[in-house]
Formats: sequence, structure tokens, C-alpha cells
Amino acid sequence: MDLRFTQQELAFQQEVRDFLNASLPEHICAAVRSGAELPRTVLQEWHEILGRKGWLGTTWPKEYGGPGWTPVERYLFDVECNRACAPRIVPFGPSMLGPVIQNFGTREQKDSILPRILSGEDWWAQGYSEPGAGSDLASLKTRAERDGDHYVVNGQKTWTTLGQHANKIFCLVRTKKEGKPQEGISFLMMDIPSQGLEVRPIRLIEGGYEVNEVFLDNVRVPVSNLVGEENKGWTIAKFLLSHERTNIAGVGISMQALEEVKSLARRMIRKGKPLIEDPLFAARIARVEIDLEAMKITNLRMLYQAQKQGHPGPETSILKIKGTQVNQELRDLARRALGPVAAPFPGTITEANLMFGPLNSEANAATYFNNRKTSIFGGSNEIQRNILTKAMLGL
Amino acid sequence: MNFDMTEDRQMLSETLSRFLADRYDWETRNRVAYTAPYTDAGRWSELAGLGIPGALVPEEQGGFGGTGFDISVVFEALGRALCPEPFLPTLLASRALEAVGKDQTGLVDGSIRYAVGISEIDAPYDLAGMATCARANGAGFSLSGRKTAVYGAQVADRILIAALLDGKPAVFEIDPRAAGITPYGMIDGGGAAEVLLDGTPAVLLARDAGALLNSVIRAGRLALCAEAVGAMQFAYELLLDYLKTRRQFGVAIGSFQALQHRTVDLLTEIEQARSITIAAADALDGPDGDLKAAMAKNLIGRAARLVAEETIQMSGGIGMTWEYAGSHYSKRLVMIDHQLGDTDDCLEEVMQSYAA
Ligand SMILES: Cc1cc2nc3c(=O)[nH]c(=O)nc-3n(C[C@H](O)[C@H](O)[C@H](O)COP(=O)(O)OP(=O)(O)OC[C@H]3O[C@@H](n4cnc5c(N)ncnc54)[C@H](O)[C@@H]3O)c2cc1C
Repeated sequence: MDLRFTQQELAFQQEVRDFLNASLPEHICAAVRSGAELPRTVLQEWHEILGRKGWLGTTWPKEYGGPGWTPVERYLFDVECNRACAPRIVPFGPSMLGPVIQNFGTREQKDSILPRILSGEDWWAQGYSEPGAGSDLASLKTRAERDGDHYVVNGQKTWTTLGQHANKIFCLVRTKKEGKPQEGISFLMMDIPSQGLEVRPIRLIEGGYEVNEVFLDNVRVPVSNLVGEENKGWTIAKFLLSHERTNIAGVGISMQALEEVKSLARRMIRKGKPLIEDPLFAARIARVEIDLEAMKITNLRMLYQAQKQGHPGPETSILKIKGTQVNQELRDLARRALGPVAAPFPGTITEANLMFGPLNSEANAATYFNNRKTSIFGGSNEIQRNILTKAMLGL
Repeated sequence: MNFDMTEDRQMLSETLSRFLADRYDWETRNRVAYTAPYTDAGRWSELAGLGIPGALVPEEQGGFGGTGFDISVVFEALGRALCPEPFLPTLLASRALEAVGKDQTGLVDGSIRYAVGISEIDAPYDLAGMATCARANGAGFSLSGRKTAVYGAQVADRILIAALLDGKPAVFEIDPRAAGITPYGMIDGGGAAEVLLDGTPAVLLARDAGALLNSVIRAGRLALCAEAVGAMQFAYELLLDYLKTRRQFGVAIGSFQALQHRTVDLLTEIEQARSITIAAADALDGPDGDLKAAMAKNLIGRAARLVAEETIQMSGGIGMTWEYAGSHYSKRLVMIDHQLGDTDDCLEEVMQSYAA
């Protein structure tokens, strides 16, 4: 065993660092560092920079204009991006739909869709969940009925992340009522706006708007927007979910959060000493740092395995569970470190120059509350445990 | 032994709960909680008319309560309804005024609003490390420093300030108009302000006031614990309702054992929280008062966070929304830890009691 990265991997890491040094604009890092919601313009600018470099579709093979990275290279890219405070890539087009089209799309779909994802021109949203179909996705009810060379779609999608910024949405729809619930589902792409399609914002716990409801009322969608075969959408759905789970551990994000917690704890004073010297608080940081250290290796072991066998296995569920626990614990510590100054509602402090000491701490509690989502979406941690029970316990 | 509430307190609890249900419904609550000035003047007067501030004040001071159990009855009901009105500052001020024998008529009838500034950015939860200081100037005093997250200061008529005088904590009263007040809303509802003191004229209420301020903090901790118990109980009931009605995989999600056992754990923790709050209320002004309050605040810090996070998690995406009442309970439950001593701070106090 040798835990060092290979020469090639180290060279790759250096290349990523050099690129980020040269190409990540300062105003974008500053926006990320502030912890506030990123406006579309900032995300778009970053997507375009990555797109020009050919680094937007990080999971894509070379033949489709991707960088053809190995899982370990993707991991290194992620960690470096987080370290540099780059925005997270909005995953729906680049990490989700892209691979779906490459594997299931027609020639025309590949030619028309993939380049527009890579250039950052199209913004996709994911329309899987419905009010009555969350963990039990197969019970979805949105119907698509054939009418000549169109489908007519009726129903409702919900929790559509960044749907307000998107111009396209891919949805799971029901095309057949009979049989097992998984059997009559199809994978359909739609334009936003379309006649009959309405996106309405949902406000989240901390006050922000990042998710939406999507109402579908007799939306006419060309049959050519179907991906794969009619009624075979479940296979695609599962394929996509496995892609949703690459880099799910969020090691880079947590490393960045750990640094932030330490830096806060060095600057906050309690009883005349930096908080980081308080043994109770230091113990909390130490415990989560140890978990993170172990998780880095767990993550690399699983990437290595995936690289050998060509695809990730059910162990990714372990990464989802542990990764979100570590991340949420770090967000908890950042909030606590600030004490009472973590409490203001973002945006209600009217005097622009009144920051809390050296810290612009306003967004910290909000980030903590917002990040409770990570153990719910993308298959809740309970569902991940169910997956592991089935796949690994033989019970 | 008797764990029943006296009839008077039972009546107080019912009156307050009924008022909150009728006149402080959920829409009103959310509007007041998140819109400046984060209090409703009309309803505040009505609450004063019902005698709520009076219940926090002893008879000798013009009230009709003031014991640990009076405090916990009031704050449990406020917590259950998630009422953002600034009763905590009222309680803190009352304890300070009581200690110096000052008239509390205006506090009891709700016509004078008080806030109490103790926390500082680098000394958030206790008096050690406090930097705000007082200087004698002629007949009076002036204060310099900054008090942070002073709850209720956005609408206070008077603010009591803890500041160092001759190296020891003392208590002063200021007129907010003479200080720099920067108001803001809280992430969990309600309002506060930064209070900037720069040679601000002040009236000395008590010198060498370490013990006095501890008694203020102790009562405040009890109130926060009781508030959390009320809020936890309500959040738990909401969750239970959700587990029974939300269906996935063709069954109510409450039929999954993975959720059942965790919900039972919440029940257990809430009962523990209730018990330690009763212990703290009973001990409030006795020799163990500080210790029991610290114990209670530590346990509440842990239990409230657990209830907050688990109720969000088990409610799935719904638990993450502004629309869902439970999310606001979760916010309050977590942020209670940021007032008057957090879990670690209180744990340390309990640990210190072991030293001979
Ligand atoms: C911020 C956010 C962003 C999202 N973005 C998107 C998006 O862009 N596109 C999209 O399609 N969806 C999105 N989602 C939806 C997300 O995938 C669902 O919320 C998630 O799958 C859970 O479904 P639910 O909310 O309906 O909860 P439910 O399925 O109702 O679950 C409620 C609780 O029951 C538990 N539970 C359910 N079934 C079981 C079981 N069998 N055993 C044990 N426990 C169980 C769950 O774990 C959860 O704790 C988003 C959600 C959030 C909160």
C-alpha cells in the first residue's frame, strides 16, 4: 500500500492550482467566502470560465468534450476548487444530464444538447420529486400522454433546485399506468418557459429561495425530447442517481469548513483566551477533524475501487451518510463559535459598516440551517441506510 | 411530594395560552417575528393587561409571582406558541431592579420597556472578560464599550448595562437615545440591537454587582430552558402528526422502525429536559441555584438541538421550508443555545463545581 498520490496525480493537482490562481476572479471567491446565496451571474461567469477550459463536465469522457479525468483526478479537482473558494458547479446539466445523454441519447440529442451544457449556455433543472413522491420516487404521478408527435404533460414537480435560473428541465413522467410503478416511467426534457409550465419559488427555513415548485398544465413536449425508450425511464433515473453520488462525500467542502471553524475559533475570545484554547471547544473540533481525516481515506479507497471496477458501488451510501454528518457538524461548530453574533437575520443589519468585529458573520447560522438539507436530498440518509442494509448486510 | 401546579399558576398558564392562540395566531407570530420592530405594541399592552410581566415580579415589587415556577410557567407557554415578544429582557431587568429595590410599576404595567446588556462579542456568556467600563464624571457616570445582541433593545425605553467600575462589574441604567443603537432581526424571530456606548451618560444602580448579575443570568437561563421545553413539546407533537399522515411506499412513514425509535428518543430527551427545568425552577434562589441552572441549560442545549435537527430530518423536504411551522421551532430551539451561556459554557460551570 502507498497512500501517496502518483507523480501524475501530483502534476495534475499542480495544474489545477495554477489554473485556479490564474483564472478564478477575486470577486467570485469573495462572494463564495461571504456564505451568501450566489447570484446566477456569478455562477454563470464561473461556468463559462470552466467551459472555455474544457473543465465543466468533470465526469465526461474526451470524445464528448470532457477532460476524461479519472475518479481520483475529479476528487483532486474538487478539493482544490473548494480550497480556492470557487463556486460549486451547478450539477444538473454537467454532472447529471450530460452522462445520461452520452449513454442513452440519440445522435441528434448528443449533438444539440451536450455542447450547450459545456458552454454553460443551457441551465438545467432536475424534476424528479413530487409532493407525494420523495423517497418513494417510483410513486410519481405526473402524466405524459401521447398526442401525435407530442406528449401532453400534467402534474407537479417540487423541490426543483435553482429552477428559477434554469431554461430547461428534465423530468420523470408516467407514461403507463398499468404494471409495477417503476415500469411506466419515462425521462422527458422540457423547455422553461413552455406554455402551461409555471415555476413558483419555495422559501427555505433560513429565508432564502433556492428551490421551486413546477406546475405542469397541458404542457406540449415534442416526442423527440424523450431520452431512451418510453417506459424505460427508471433505468435512466437510477443511472443518473449513481452520477449524482459521485464526489458525494464533499471532502473538499468539509476541509474548507474545517479551516473556517479553526480560523473563527482563533479569532473569537472567551474568558480572555482564544476559543480554540478552550478544551471543550477544541475537543469538538478535534473529533470532527479525526472523522474527516478518516473519511478522506475512506473516500479515496472507494474511488480507487471504483476506478478498478469501472463504476461506483453501493459504498457511496457510506460516503453520503458520513460526509453529510461531518459537514453538518462543522457548520454547527462555526455557528457556535460566533456565540450571540451568529443570531442576526441576514440582511437586517442596516448599517453597512457595522460588522461583527473582524468577522462578517451574518450568514453563519443561516448556512447551518440551510445545510440541514444535505442529509435529506439526493436520497435521504435513512434511504442510504436502507440501500446499505440491502446491498451489504445480507439481512 | 407534589408535581401538580398550583391553581393560580394553572390559570396563568391557561390564560396566556388562550391569549396566544386567539390573538397571536401563527400568521401574526410570523409577521411580528420577522418584521421590524419585531414586537406588536398593541398586543404587548394586552399581554401586560393579562398580568404576564407581573407574574415575573414578586409581590413586594408590585407583581404577584417571581418564583422559579412562575417564570417557567410563563416561558413554557411563550415557547409553545413561539412568541417573539421580549419577555426575557423584561425578566432580566426585573431581577436587577428587584435587587436594587427600584420601583417596577412601569415594568409590570408594560408602559416602560427594559432591555439588559450583558453580552459582548468577546465575552458573550458571562462576566469574565467583559470590557465595557464606566468612568465617574462629576455627579454621574459615563460608559464606553459595546454590548452585543441585546434582546429587546430595539424598542427599549431604558437599558440596564453591565460595566466595569473600579475593576468590578456594576450595573447602570442608560437612556437608549443617548447611545448608538443598531437594531436588527434575529434568524429565529424577534429583535435585538448592538448598543454602542461612547461616553454615554449613565446612572449607577449597583456597585460590585457580580452576584446580582449572576442572579439575573440564572433567572434568564431558567426562562430559556422553560421556553425550550414548551417549544420542544410542540415541535415533537407536529412531528408525530406528520409521521402519522405522510405516506411513502404505500404506508405512513411512522410505520418505519428507523423513525419510530428516534422519535421515542426525542420523547425521552424532552422528559429529561422537563425534569431538569423543574429542578432548576425549584432551586432558583436557593444555594444550588447557579449550579442547577447551568445543568439545565447544558441539557437543554443538547436536547433542543437534537429535537430541532431530528424534526427537520424526519419531515424531509417539508421540514426545510419557511412555510412549515416546525422549521421555525427548530430555529428557535437551536438559537436558544446562543443566549446566556451555551452547552459548553454551562458544562464547564458544572465541572467547576467539583473543585473543592
Ligand atoms: C433543498 C432541497 C433541494 C432539493 N433539490 C431537488 C431537485 O433539484 N430535484 C428534485 O427532483 N428533488 C430535489 N429535492 C428533493 C429531495 O430529493 C427529497 O426531499 C428527498 O428525496 C426526500 O423526500 P421527501 O422530502 O418527500 O421526504 P419523505 O420521503 O416524505 O421522507 C420523510 C422522512 O421519512 C424518511 N423515510 C422515508 N422513507 C423511509 C423508509 N423507507 N425508511 C426509513 N425512513 C424513511 C425520510 O428519510 C425522511 O426522513 C430537494 C430537496 C431539498 C430539501
